[in-house]
Amino acid sequence: MAELGAQAHGTHHPGSAGARNPLQHHFTSLEQQREASSLGMWVFIAQEVLFFGGLFAAYTVYRSTYPEAFAAGSHHLSWKVGFFNTLVLIASSLTMAMGVYSAAIGKKQRVVAFILATILLGSVFLGVKYFEYGEKIRPCFGDGPHTGCLVPGARFDASALHLEGPAAGHAQIFFSLYFAMTGLHALHMIIGVPILLLIAYWAWRGRYSPEYHTPVELVGLYWHFVDIVWIFLFPLLYLIGSH
Amino acid sequence: MSTHHVVSWKVYVAVFLALAALTVITVQVAGHDFGPLNLVVALGVAITKATLVVLYFMHARYSPRLTGIVIASSLAFFAILLFLLLTDYLSRPWPLVAAG
Repeated sequence: MAELGAQAHGTHHPGSAGARNPLQHHFTSLEQQREASSLGMWVFIAQEVLFFGGLFAAYTVYRSTYPEAFAAGSHHLSWKVGFFNTLVLIASSLTMAMGVYSAAIGKKQRVVAFILATILLGSVFLGVKYFEYGEKIRPCFGDGPHTGCLVPGARFDASALHLEGPAAGHAQIFFSLYFAMTGLHALHMIIGVPILLLIAYWAWRGRYSPEYHTPVELVGLYWHFVDIVWIFLFPLLYLIGSH
Repeated sequence: MSTHHVVSWKVYVAVFLALAALTVITVQVAGHDFGPLNLVVALGVAITKATLVVLYFMHARYSPRLTGIVIASSLAFFAILLFLLLTDYLSRPWPLVAAG
């Protein structure tokens, strides 16, 4: 993403030929530069697959070891909330894809509008997540509703899960993974929002054209990857206890 | 290959509708008990959705072959991680019972 920072000064006259030449001197063509940038982003995403992969591997081992506790923990999560958030996130992927599409056909205002829509939908997702976390965390401080404390640790309360004995302890492993996996996913979205804002600002300043809009494409790749992670988290965390 | 393969916006809307439909399906099938196939069904739907996102939203279908190699290698390395981990955990007495 070197070309992002390389052109720190925008153009005062959007769309004019006075815009800086986006081609860096060490590339022979814009196409070569674009493919190099895109490859770099894909390698980063490959690394992200393994970053999340460690958590998915831990999930696999513990779920196969403690299936009852995982089913009970999953059953306690609201699938309706997860379902709603899944729809919100894939809608945000649609607006992101439409933003990249608008950049490719040179519709500047639409790029900005679609990226802002993506940020809005991402914020809705995070807002829902905030309330989901809250209802699990607040009881640990003697606050909030009927549901017991679901943060793993000394105050963990498995009574709401209808588990007794060792299985109550195993449910803590489910909630450890729940917080770690959804937390890492949410962190990626929190990092994505300011990057999207920056790209929207640059798009508004007229930096991108049908020939050069690689940053819009790359942030799109990132956002879609985060969507894919959630596509797996939703059934694995929310739906295993439904039967 | 052409630099910019611009896909019609209709493709994106169609992919979104397919993803929304598959999300409904994954909730529906979670209500049925397929026994040991529960996980297979859930992951099958999720993998289908992820494939749609990668191919169309992420343009992998229109990208250089090198992109495909990076995607395949990331999945291969995740498979190695999972395979070696499970050979260990599934072949030993685990979890260990604390010795009284």
